[in-house]
Amino acid sequence: MAKLLTYKEKGTWMENLCGVTKLIFFLAWTITCMLTYDTRILAVMLFISLLLFKLSKTQWSQVGSVFKVILVFMIINVVAIFIFAPGQGTKIYGTEHILYSLGGRWKLTGEQLFYELNVVLKYFTIVPAVFMFIITTNPSELAASLNKLGVSYNIGYSIAIALRYIPDVQDDFHKIKNAQEARGIEMSGKAKLTERIKNVSAIIFPLIFTSMERIDTVSNAMELRGFGKNKKRTWYMGRKLAGRDYVVMAVTFAFMIVALVVTYHDGNRFYNPFV
Amino acid sequence: MKKFGIKEVVATGIGTALFVVLTQVQIPLGFIPNTSLQPRAAVLAFLAAVFGPIVGGIVGLLGHALGDAMFYGSIWWSWVFPDAVFGIAMGLFAKKFQIKEGGFSGKNIALFNIVQIIANIVAWIVVAPVLDILIYSEPANKVFVQGVFACLGNVIITAILGTLLGVGYTKIGAKSSSLAKED
Repeated sequence: MAKLLTYKEKGTWMENLCGVTKLIFFLAWTITCMLTYDTRILAVMLFISLLLFKLSKTQWSQVGSVFKVILVFMIINVVAIFIFAPGQGTKIYGTEHILYSLGGRWKLTGEQLFYELNVVLKYFTIVPAVFMFIITTNPSELAASLNKLGVSYNIGYSIAIALRYIPDVQDDFHKIKNAQEARGIEMSGKAKLTERIKNVSAIIFPLIFTSMERIDTVSNAMELRGFGKNKKRTWYMGRKLAGRDYVVMAVTFAFMIVALVVTYHDGNRFYNPFV
Repeated sequence: MKKFGIKEVVATGIGTALFVVLTQVQIPLGFIPNTSLQPRAAVLAFLAAVFGPIVGGIVGLLGHALGDAMFYGSIWWSWVFPDAVFGIAMGLFAKKFQIKEGGFSGKNIALFNIVQIIANIVAWIVVAPVLDILIYSEPANKVFVQGVFACLGNVIITAILGTLLGVGYTKIGAKSSSLAKED
């Protein structure tokens, strides 16, 4: 069963940053990565994120299994792009340097390899940022600081509940799955498709209905305590933005602007080494 | 009723957690490589149909983003937004489905499935591939083929599992909502 990435207390300086600072960094980072296709920028970003990853003292055991899944996914994606569109690189960069012809329309070109390298880079640039955000952010603190920034506390609370209840629901899921397997329900690929849908439902139905009950219980409890009565609320885990938060945010935005200027200054988001 | 009340806050939170956890449950189709039925799509349809568009939209957006981040360590944004679109679209018809009120049968089931098919087509054959091309410059034919399969898979699983969930919940829910709620 896939392992879940979760928050773990380590006492690094990243944990001392406000949750919102990390959220802003994370969003700015992924948006920059989404917009740019400039190989130089992507390479720099990959380097920085690996560096930050190192600084966050994340252990390989925390992310290793997830990383392997990503690798498999990426390989399938790269091969699929080549099968469906072997000429995409040529279309983007405008030239064609054939390295090897595989027959038919499948020619391995330098442009195609370079384009696919960019796709891979783009993907891997986001990975360490996501790992870090999830591993170093305390959910309750994030909700509190979101509210401080002016996000409605209802939304903040929804996010906090989501993060808070993921392990609980995960637990329920495993319990139900084990119980159903003990009753002899086949979960592997051996069963037929209709059979498999039926077997998955045997887990999902109890899980959904316990969750719906949980929604009732939790919302009744919150209603009894008068949640939502006042326009404002106080937070136990709240934290004020400190000097280091402003520094991180300023650096993040500066980097984002520079990256986008470098990417778009020639009117095109690709870096072209072929001309 | 319409505002984002306590029940909606909790439903969004726990619904998102549910969606995230169900990311790991996939039914491989077998005959087409790398495609699978995703029961979480049916759960999203169900939650949106019970709790409305705001809950559906946030669960789709947050659930998909968090689920991808926690299981795959990365977020493919162009496939996150279609789930939000799908959640909102399903949620807009929440009142018509009558799931919570205990009247989900016959006509409502037909409507549920018509809405889910249209919402899936919009989300996966229009929104997802277009965003893929805009954000990631992926080849058009590849993303449309992927979109069509994703759409097909989600339509099938929602038609089976989503409908059954609705029917099951409407039977239980009818008992607890026999008392009229005061506004």
